[in-house]
Amino acid sequence: MKKIIKYVILDILKNKIMIAYMVFLLAISLTMFNLEDNSAKGLLSLLNLVLILVPLVSIVFATIYVYNSSEFIELLVSQPLKRVNIWLSIFCGLAASCSLAFLIGCGLPVLLYAPTVSGLMMIGMGLLITIIFISIALLASVLTRDKAKGIGISLLLWFYFTLLFDGIILFLLFQFMDYPMETPMIIFSSLNPIDLARIMILLQMDISALMGATSAVFKEFFGTGFGIVLSVTVLMLWIAGPLWWSVRKFRKKDL
Amino acid sequence: MIIATNVTKQFGKLKALDNVSLSFNKGQCISLTGPNGSGKTTLIKCLLGMVVPDNGFITFNQQNILHHWQYRSAIGYMPQIGRYPENMTIAQVFDMMKDIRKSKSVLDEELIQHFKLHEIADKKMRTLSGGTRQKVSAALAFLFNPEVLILDEPTAGLDPLSTETLKDKIRQEKEKGKLILITSHILSDLDDLVTEVIYMQEGALRFHKSLEQLKQDTGQTQLSRAIAQVMKTN
Repeated sequence: MKKIIKYVILDILKNKIMIAYMVFLLAISLTMFNLEDNSAKGLLSLLNLVLILVPLVSIVFATIYVYNSSEFIELLVSQPLKRVNIWLSIFCGLAASCSLAFLIGCGLPVLLYAPTVSGLMMIGMGLLITIIFISIALLASVLTRDKAKGIGISLLLWFYFTLLFDGIILFLLFQFMDYPMETPMIIFSSLNPIDLARIMILLQMDISALMGATSAVFKEFFGTGFGIVLSVTVLMLWIAGPLWWSVRKFRKKDL
Repeated sequence: MIIATNVTKQFGKLKALDNVSLSFNKGQCISLTGPNGSGKTTLIKCLLGMVVPDNGFITFNQQNILHHWQYRSAIGYMPQIGRYPENMTIAQVFDMMKDIRKSKSVLDEELIQHFKLHEIADKKMRTLSGGTRQKVSAALAFLFNPEVLILDEPTAGLDPLSTETLKDKIRQEKEKGKLILITSHILSDLDDLVTEVIYMQEGALRFHKSLEQLKQDTGQTQLSRAIAQVMKTN
């Protein structure tokens, strides 16, 4: 398994897109921190960009990568290797290289300019989001043989998680305005890893006080040690769930 | 050595394999023939575990291949259309395969020498012609000295000289008592190699006979004519 991971990482490094992504993130992070005189403000601006960009790049890159390595996968499947191991190696290779790009591109500037609890929380959440979306990408690419369809599914999923989901939440909030929505909101937010990550980071910042009554409930729940452990567990489930499903599909896939 | 029992595979509405039961033994050189789309490649892919049958099972040395993936180390496979990572060079592909297989047996690099692949080792896979790709596939199939060789259209796209080289190599391996499974439409290539013939049609097994038996039954002396006669009478 280690060997396949090695070949996957070498292959990803060779096509240089991950390096470009890293440089791009580095440029954005440095710009954000230098534009704002207050590093907490810089962190906040960076947060919004990261929560949109990181899932998009992770999911699209991983989907295209899996489709493009169909030859590689085909070659490996006819060799004395376990199918599950081939698939998990591809996942690990992708996760390792995307995480590394994020750590250098975004983690390094954050550590330099804003080495606070909220900064560390953002690095952690960014890493989890990266891996979650790679896991979702693997599922999307194993579900269909058609490359255009697979990439389409990935893009739609990204749309759903970054834009559509918030719209649905707002709609529900307005519809049920007369009822107490705080507890359902906590449950809803765990249905979207990006929202969950955003809440986790915002709660570490002072500005969470500006969010009103819901924030107070959130703070009471997510702000405690138990809440943090629970949310990280939910995010882990977001990695394991799609990955497990994709492994099941890949084991039965005809190549 | 390899036994397939009631293997059935359906792709949508198309029945690619219909209740196929076969057995292959050591020392045999089997020709798998049949019209286009008769399920030959699907059968081979089932043997390799690349396609999972809907029904039935395949055993390799009495072990179900579904649960024992290690059996593939005893197989050398030459695909009909060799697909390799496009931006790797020939040398890198060979190195990767050696690295992944970590086989203990002595490597058989004879075909690499004969096909002069070391001279173009720095070429990227995507720049290779169909014939050169076939040479890479063939060299890889024989590289690890496998007990079983599965060759899907081995001579398609090869020049006459390389075809002869490959045939000599197959003959040599057959004499070592290995199990060899070949599909080919160029039947004249197989005439002096084959000991058994399997004929498939529309996913179903029509017959599995020894070459002598087939020649007797059809009254022909050449494999190509015998098969042509079978196809006509069907």
